[in-house]
Amino acid sequence: MAKVIVYPPTSMILSDLVERMGHKALVVPQAVRNLVTANEIDSPPLNVTPEEPKKGLRYAAVDVPSGVRGRMSLIGPIIEEAEAAIIVGDPGWLTGCAGCSRTNELVRLLIRTKGIPVLDLSYPTNDPEARAFVQKIKTFLEGLK
Amino acid sequence: MIRIAQLSCGSEYSGIQQEIERAAQTVGAKIVYPEVSLDDILNVENTFGVSVASGDLNLAMARAVRIVQNPDLADAVIVMTCFRCAEAAIIRSEIRKYIHQHSKIPVLSYSFTERTTAETLLTRMEALVTTVKFRGLLARERQKGLTAGIDSGSTTTKSVVMRDNEVIGTGWVPTNEVLKSAEDALEAALKTAGVAKEDISAIGVTGYGRFLVGKHINAKLIQEEITVNSKGAVFLADAQKGPATVIDIGGMDNKAISVQDGIPGGFTMGGICAGASGRFLELTAKRLGVDITELGKLALKGDYRNVAMNSYCIVFGTQSLVNSLALGCKPEDVAMAACHSVAEQVYEQQLQEVEVKEPVIMVGGTSLIEGLPKAMEELLHVKVRVPKYAQYIGAVGAALLVSGLLED
Repeated sequence: MAKVIVYPPTSMILSDLVERMGHKALVVPQAVRNLVTANEIDSPPLNVTPEEPKKGLRYAAVDVPSGVRGRMSLIGPIIEEAEAAIIVGDPGWLTGCAGCSRTNELVRLLIRTKGIPVLDLSYPTNDPEARAFVQKIKTFLEGLK
Repeated sequence: MIRIAQLSCGSEYSGIQQEIERAAQTVGAKIVYPEVSLDDILNVENTFGVSVASGDLNLAMARAVRIVQNPDLADAVIVMTCFRCAEAAIIRSEIRKYIHQHSKIPVLSYSFTERTTAETLLTRMEALVTTVKFRGLLARERQKGLTAGIDSGSTTTKSVVMRDNEVIGTGWVPTNEVLKSAEDALEAALKTAGVAKEDISAIGVTGYGRFLVGKHINAKLIQEEITVNSKGAVFLADAQKGPATVIDIGGMDNKAISVQDGIPGGFTMGGICAGASGRFLELTAKRLGVDITELGKLALKGDYRNVAMNSYCIVFGTQSLVNSLALGCKPEDVAMAACHSVAEQVYEQQLQEVEVKEPVIMVGGTSLIEGLPKAMEELLHVKVRVPKYAQYIGAVGAALLVSGLLED
């Protein structure tokens, strides 16, 4: 079983495919769940406190906006944990979104420079493309130990 | 309860969402999030005029469109995005303009960091709520009866006594002990007016020390300085009808307020550093060995282009000040360069966030430093008005507004 990060990091469709193939999907909702269940709710709705943007300094400098660093405090650790990645280009809002384009760019960069196996895909626009999309993911995931 | 619609990007990930809600709660408001559909977001290019790469900014724009289409959804709007995000800065400004142009809902825009607290937001939220809640009071154009106003500022405390629409007494003291300074300023105003404290029908208080002073003297009106100062400014500049822009460069922070018929529509408050405030001019006067009241006259004789000065940060600003003197620059050029630099900071940091419409009225003690309004005129290419009693603007606004409460 491999730990696979998906991009967009909030994509439930991609995480479901990863889990179905017997791997562990690394996604933001899990990181948020850890945050809202592990501590008391100090800072609703996500329980992100001003400490999180400081933790995000591990991934982005202090002159990067606090919203990017706060998001990175959730996404950064799961990138570190990842052993493989699936990146979908131009996914559209429905597939999943971190809400911030600068965060998206940084996430893609950190995944690609980590040196793990990466499957790059375009978002399907019709039925045959969707079938090929799923098949490529299946083949990629089967190849992971 | 006043409903403030929050249109934002990044606040929940910066850990400040609770601070925003706490500030709203403190001023008797609640934060609301207008609902939009996915189609509203996908069509934002058609409805708002642009779509951007960040999803949360598209959501904010879609919410702005929804509010304009259904003004009953919110009483006021706060647009908040991360400090230092260029994409967000453009959209924040466009959302503010869009709502301003298409509705009568007051808008506040603010860029935050993870260090933004409820206290930072409090005065801004209070002003936003006041413009909604006390619209009738803010529309008041004449002062009636015998009232007093106190402006407990960070550097100085000012007081005025007004009778039947005229200022009849003034008092001005440095702020040391907040209560004592307020008492002294009021006493001075009463003395010059020739009236006894017991004869005053009501007192209004504004400024940083307003809560402490207001409680102590049993003030009938305790109000933040944004609404009070804008009211005082248009009253003294005789610009109560139509648009106006009020610029108040204070000892600690600055305010730029866009006013329509005497009521603030949009405003910004802040200053990255004291380098953009009256504090820097005070420091310049001290370094030049002149009294602050003489700095403006000295500046008028100088040319800012002869001195390289940037007071974006007060430390670097002071460094350029010291360097320029060491290089043998003329004191008058240095004085004008300091005025120009402060005006430039306000122009770059704040006046981009409000609609600058004439007349432009400069108020507060710094407006009496003649070089500063001149520098602002050069930057804005418009004539700047400095009304009589400009330094007492908050106190005048408070005395005027509190008289409205007496009638009610």
